[in-house]
Amino acid sequence: MTEFTIFVLSLLVGYEVISKVPATLHTPLMSAANAIHGIVLVGAALIAVTADTVVGYVLGFVAVALAAMNVVGGYVVTNRMLAMFRDRARAGREREDAR
Amino acid sequence: MSLDTVLRLVFLGAAACFVLGLHLMNRPPTAQRGSSVSAAGMAAAVAATVVLLVRSGTVSGTGWAVLGAGVSVGAMGGWYLARTVAMTAIPQAVSLFNAAGGGAAALVAVHDLLRVDDTLPAGPAAAAALDVVIGAVTFAGSLIAAGKLQGVVASRPVVLPGTRLVNAALAALALGSGALIVTGHGGPVVLAVTAVAALGFGVAMVMPIGGADMPVVISLLNALTGTAVAMAGIVIGNTVLIIAGALVGASGGILTKLMADAMNRSLWSVVAGGFGTGDAPPAAIDPNARVRSVSADDAAIQLAYANRVIMVPGYGLAAAQAQHEVRELADLLESRGVDVDYAIHPVAGRLPGHMNVLLAEANVPYDQLKEMDDVNPEFSRADVALVIGANDVINPAARRPGNPVSGMPILDVDHAHSVIVIKRSMGQGYAGIDNELYTDPKTGMYFADAKKGLAELAAAVKVLVG
Repeated sequence: MTEFTIFVLSLLVGYEVISKVPATLHTPLMSAANAIHGIVLVGAALIAVTADTVVGYVLGFVAVALAAMNVVGGYVVTNRMLAMFRDRARAGREREDAR
Repeated sequence: MSLDTVLRLVFLGAAACFVLGLHLMNRPPTAQRGSSVSAAGMAAAVAATVVLLVRSGTVSGTGWAVLGAGVSVGAMGGWYLARTVAMTAIPQAVSLFNAAGGGAAALVAVHDLLRVDDTLPAGPAAAAALDVVIGAVTFAGSLIAAGKLQGVVASRPVVLPGTRLVNAALAALALGSGALIVTGHGGPVVLAVTAVAALGFGVAMVMPIGGADMPVVISLLNALTGTAVAMAGIVIGNTVLIIAGALVGASGGILTKLMADAMNRSLWSVVAGGFGTGDAPPAAIDPNARVRSVSADDAAIQLAYANRVIMVPGYGLAAAQAQHEVRELADLLESRGVDVDYAIHPVAGRLPGHMNVLLAEANVPYDQLKEMDDVNPEFSRADVALVIGANDVINPAARRPGNPVSGMPILDVDHAHSVIVIKRSMGQGYAGIDNELYTDPKTGMYFADAKKGLAELAAAVKVLVG
């Protein structure tokens, strides 16, 4: 029951935490949320090491590999997108300065 | 304070970082910091997990080897893909990473259900069944969505006779066998049936959806993966998975709604699929209306002698990866004293906000990118609106009721003094209706691929007025 409570409360937090996002940020935000569910890596690691059969180890290996791909790829791609926004903001400022 | 308490606090801190990170990503100035905060939380959670495993002392050598190998393979694969993917292919990459997360979440429950000899209590069993079903659906669905955007899978809506029936049957099968697991009648066979039916449903769900709806679908699948991860957290009793998963589930859901709203589509009509397959009402266009085709030279002269030009980039520009060409043409015009701006529709490109990213990659200055509400009043003062591969987002029919684009917010391109449209053919846009702007007497159609067309325009400007 505790777990269910945490689940529901977290849903509400997720509902509140993003509200008036400009369309510009929709794609990076989706990518960031995508990276966050890579937390499943923690779960995959915990189960992978409890395996005691070949099938268990194979499942664990695949789960860990997929989750690690989700985490690393998710954050790297998000940062690549955001880096452009930063560069763009700087370019905009420099343009202002030049005037 | 015992180490266990410390580890719990670290997990709690990680969860807090995710919430804070998402919140900071609401605004452009703090977005970068938001991503870093969330990444720091992730690193802390992973480190705490390693400490937890070391401390338990029960992990075998094989266990460590499997863990190490899995993390290395996955991390390197993800890193390589994320570093090398072209900015235009970002949506596919996000979809692939989402598939990976969904698959991992499903496998956590599969592993748990296979390992436990006694039947689970109903609560965790329900979470495990839901995890397998949702995880498998998002795994298969995200792969198909990525394939559609990459062009590996037909991007048009694929609707076969009886598709809805097959969908319903697969969903019923997945949920029915999932219910068997919950009631303690599971087993490897029932589990396999559940997983295969859910995978099939994932494929069948995304196949009838057209390529232009993919952003909404990917966002929806992203939210579903979050929910699957939360379920995985309930299965193994790990709080940070529950919090992070639910967080993504809810925020992803909201984001999906925002995206669908910007495209004037209801979520239900996206998922129902088959949009633009021929059941659209007849177009309101006058059959006698004539299309005026212009050459590169005509268009170049029009642009070079204008005082004010507004570029309107669309899906076609993103698909042709012509962001650098459009900037070169803009620079050339600016060097001649032409005032150039870019009008960005909220859903231009392949994902909402994607066009901003693409143009930023081509070093288009921030202050030249104008959001729809800011730029619309300016069209009436523009000499030329240069439309590059945009269609439905500029269709004046959206102002009238009774057609598929009715009510969709559009760029007021038709208010410009003259319009040049770079487009490959008179083909219809995603909404499947003709665009009356193309037959407007002040519109010149320049039939070309966006990349090639822009390069030719720039070359013509140089030669004619250089």
